[in-house]
Amino acid sequence: MSHGDQEVHIGARADHHPPHEVEHHEPGFWRRYVFSTDHKVIGIQYGITALLFLLFGFTLMMIMRWQLAYPGEAFPLKWLVDLMGVDNMPDGIMLPEFYNQLGAMHGTIMVFLGIVPLAVGAFGNYVVPLQIGAPDMAFPKLNLTSYWVYFLGGVTMFVSFFLPGGAANSGWTSYAPLSVIATTGQTFWLLGMVFLITSSLLGSVNFIVTIIQLRANGLTFMRLPFFVWAQFVTAFLLLLAFPPLEAAGVMQLMDRLAGTSFFLPSGLVVSGVPLSVSGGGSPLLWQHLFWFLAHPEVYVLILPAMGIVGEVIANNTRKPLWGYRPMVYSIVFLGFMSFIVWAHHMFLTGMGTTISAFFQTTTMIISIPSIVILTALFLSLWGGSIRYNTPMLFALAFLPMFGIGGLTGLPLGLAPPDIHLHDTYYVIGHFHYVVAPGTLFALFAGIYYWFPKVTGRKMNDALGKVHFYLSFIFINGVFMPMFIQGLAGVSRRLYDGGAQYAHAQDVLHWNEFMSVSAWLLGIAQIPFILNFFWSMKRGQKVTANHWEATTLEWAATTSPPLAHGNFAAVPEVHRGPYEYSVPGHSRDYAPQNQVAEA
Amino acid sequence: MDSHGAEDIKKQVRGYIMVFVALMALTIVTVAISYLHLDVAAAVTVALVVATIKASLVASYFMHLISEKKLIYATLMLTALFFVGLMFLPVSHMLDPIQN
Amino acid sequence: MQIPYNSVARPDTGLYNAKLGIWLFLASEVMLFGALFSSYVLLRVGAPTWPHGYTILNVPLATLNTVILIGSSVTMVMSWASLMLKDLTKYKRYMGGTILLAFGFLIVKAFEYGAKFEHGLFPGESTFLAIYFTMTGLHGLHVVGGIIVNTYLWGPGSKMWNTDPVRFTNRVEVAGLYWHFVDLVWIFLFPVLYLL
Repeated sequence: MSHGDQEVHIGARADHHPPHEVEHHEPGFWRRYVFSTDHKVIGIQYGITALLFLLFGFTLMMIMRWQLAYPGEAFPLKWLVDLMGVDNMPDGIMLPEFYNQLGAMHGTIMVFLGIVPLAVGAFGNYVVPLQIGAPDMAFPKLNLTSYWVYFLGGVTMFVSFFLPGGAANSGWTSYAPLSVIATTGQTFWLLGMVFLITSSLLGSVNFIVTIIQLRANGLTFMRLPFFVWAQFVTAFLLLLAFPPLEAAGVMQLMDRLAGTSFFLPSGLVVSGVPLSVSGGGSPLLWQHLFWFLAHPEVYVLILPAMGIVGEVIANNTRKPLWGYRPMVYSIVFLGFMSFIVWAHHMFLTGMGTTISAFFQTTTMIISIPSIVILTALFLSLWGGSIRYNTPMLFALAFLPMFGIGGLTGLPLGLAPPDIHLHDTYYVIGHFHYVVAPGTLFALFAGIYYWFPKVTGRKMNDALGKVHFYLSFIFINGVFMPMFIQGLAGVSRRLYDGGAQYAHAQDVLHWNEFMSVSAWLLGIAQIPFILNFFWSMKRGQKVTANHWEATTLEWAATTSPPLAHGNFAAVPEVHRGPYEYSVPGHSRDYAPQNQVAEA
Repeated sequence: MDSHGAEDIKKQVRGYIMVFVALMALTIVTVAISYLHLDVAAAVTVALVVATIKASLVASYFMHLISEKKLIYATLMLTALFFVGLMFLPVSHMLDPIQN
Repeated sequence: MQIPYNSVARPDTGLYNAKLGIWLFLASEVMLFGALFSSYVLLRVGAPTWPHGYTILNVPLATLNTVILIGSSVTMVMSWASLMLKDLTKYKRYMGGTILLAFGFLIVKAFEYGAKFEHGLFPGESTFLAIYFTMTGLHGLHVVGGIIVNTYLWGPGSKMWNTDPVRFTNRVEVAGLYWHFVDLVWIFLFPVLYLL
């Protein structure tokens, strides 16, 4: 296969290539596309599965928002009511129990089945080996296992909707004791989490070993693309933070299935009847173990996104990233700090001033590396020759959106304002700003950016811009009013969106506004979905290094990359990751594997 | 992998036997002490000290940690830090409740 | 397509891939059992009363199990040493011994659990029993995992000795590291649950 061209087989099936290794014979369909050990295939599998789950999780929320906008009114789409089960929405009116299921599963699915598998499983798997000049991940069979265990976890979660009593309904946080006495769906949630955590652990081992052991010659740590650093730190977070939740999951399963009382306090009375368990457990123990994972988890959500934004900004400003070294130190420090801030989610659990002060302090400290990274990314724009293509628009929007998300986190990280804001819509606004116009926008940037590498074609830029502008407007329409509602004291997880509370009356009107924005946001994804599939087959064909980038996945591979071994010749690295516009060079970019300047 | 000649391995094997004997002795010690029914603080301290010594022997000699590479040490040090956090912080929350 | 550094060590790190991989995995296992130990501490400190382990559990049996497991750690490291001395027969003997001792551990455990159940001592009876069964149960599952891996390496997996002896020796070393860790966990579990 020659560089840049697509081989066209007239008459023959496109998936049969003449063998290019002597002892290699073509594996069948199942080994090539379903049970492949090739990191690129696995990356695509993760990508498709994750995008489907994102769509599903988003749909759950769009349904919830009907109930919030028009509490107690019948859902207008009868076929959807039938699909969701008449028992869940008798006469088309959503039951509170079903609303709770939608809420718990929306969060779970978006975080664990959508964003992380896309950010780490898809982008990480596909891009990291290419960016470090490796033939594959260090443990290809383990990689395959990781994907299918994730798939199993996803199926477990999805199937739970069809159980009697429906899916888990105790929030994505599954707080005890409510979760312990909840319906069977919660057991499936716990089992699903065990699968997902296992998948994640296996994956994180793979990423760390790959990045440390399989870097090409000359690729020192300080020459790594920022995206690889982000994935490296993320993998450590997943490796060390997930196991306590696995332990907690096992304990909650024991409570639910074996009658133990790890999380059940003594004297618990349910519906007027004392629960006949030993008691002596601690609901707080669940919270500690859950948040020990869930706080680093939010950095798992943001770090790969920062990595992608770094790549796209460097490439589209035609300049090196400003402050690469501080950014690397910051991201490592951020990863470390993320392990010791978790109880800022628990300020209202009756903690004393000493322990509260500890967690407030660590939380304030952790905002510093985030600010360093965001500032460095902003400063990287200064003096750049900015190309306003679709990936760049999403990357640029990430900056202020993540800024809003991060800044609104500060009052939550200090105990006194948190007393007022905890468990209100302010929190929902805060974290959605970081994950939705934050991470998700960065992931969109990544999709538009790396699409040519995966398919050899580019997505339509005009449609991309429509997708961007509409999404940007409507996503702000969904989440900005949440701060207003939260400051007014409207609690989260309310089935009627606050309708029965006096203090919520003045801000209730925002519910309809946010719901309409959400539905329009859903419609705004249609150009993206159409563009994505259409471009795969009919997008404009492009060269191997369409964006004129410096990093190895563009500079040293074909497009799409070779099936085995990724590189026609094993690359040697001679320079840093962002040598754009180097004075004295004839070209405005110098790929990492380029020896002398052009 | 570190180059191990046959002589080095035989020396290591002798080491393994010695460690095994030490571990057996320490096991007897820790069980014997438990029969003394010391108060909780003393019992916990002794038990954990003995267990740590045993664990260090297993880790250093059976797991070859004593001659392992920097990268492994670094990973373990990092893990140890978070382990300490996980052990102390939740219980310290319990021990420092809100004052009325 | 060959993944580099499967058999030979990468020069700057001095490690082959699987060795780094297993230590990372063990780091995650430290956090897993650490969370359970942390839960033990929190539950015990918060409890109005907490039984001494030796009043409920069978210390002699658990001591026997401790000896068995430590013994299996010795046979495991000896099996690796045998491969380093290029002696496949000795390797099979020691690895077989490791597997048998592991089964012995599980049999003693099954006997222990059975006796508890006979006396109506189930996990739901108290938080002490809950944490006892959960921690030893999870540890037992890890023993089962080790048996599966070791049996594979003793049996069908040992064919790799003929084609790639260095890589096979590495696999045994890596499996050994996992097995020693299982022993390590028990070294802490035993005094904490049974003797305090």
